[in-house]
Amino acid sequence: MIDVVAGIFLVTGAVLALAAAIALVRFPDVFSRMHAATKPQTLGLICILVGLALRLQSVAAVTTIVLIIAFQLLTAPVASHMVGRASHRIGLLDTDRLSRNDLDD
Amino acid sequence: MTTVGLVCIGLLAVTGSLCLVRIVRGPTTLDRTVATDVFVAATSGAIGIEAAIGRHTTTLPIIVTLSLVGFLGSVSIARFAARDDGPSERTARDRKGRS
Repeated sequence: MIDVVAGIFLVTGAVLALAAAIALVRFPDVFSRMHAATKPQTLGLICILVGLALRLQSVAAVTTIVLIIAFQLLTAPVASHMVGRASHRIGLLDTDRLSRNDLDD
Repeated sequence: MTTVGLVCIGLLAVTGSLCLVRIVRGPTTLDRTVATDVFVAATSGAIGIEAAIGRHTTTLPIIVTLSLVGFLGSVSIARFAARDDGPSERTARDRKGRS
C-alpha cells in the first residue's frame, strides 16, 4: 500500500518535470519560461523526495531528505530572482504584453 | 515498482531532451540558464527515483551537492549576463535611448 502511494508521488514528480520541459520549449520569452521552470525545482523535487522517504523509511534518510527540501526551497527563489532581475536589466522584458509594469523606471 | 521506475525514467528522459533543445536553441544566455536549472532539477529527480526503486541511500549526498552547484551556477551566470555584449545589450540601449 505504501509502495503504491510512493509510486504515485514519484510519477507526479516526473510528470511535473516533463510539463516544465514542454513549457520551456513552447513558451515565448524568459519570464514565462521561468514561471514554468520553478515547478520541478520545488514541487516536483518535493514529490519525488516524499516518495523516496516513503520507500526508505529510515531516520537518517528522512533527515537528509528534509535537508534537501529545505535547501531547495531556500535557493530556488533566490536563483529565479537573480535571473529575472538580470533579464529585466538587459532589456528582455516585452513591455507591450504587460498590463502593468511595477519595475518601470 | 519496476513499472513505475520505467515510466519515470521515460518521462525524465523526454524532459532532459527538451531541456537540451532549449539549451541549444535559446536566444540568450538567461534562457539557457533557466533550461539548465530545469535540467539539474530533473537530474536530481532521476537520482532520487533510482534510489527509491533500489531502496538505497548511497546517492542522497549527490542530490544535496547537485542542488548546491545548480544554485551557485545560475546565480553567477545571472551576475555575469548583466554585462553581456550581444543582441540583448543593444535592445537595452534602444530602450534607454527612447525614454
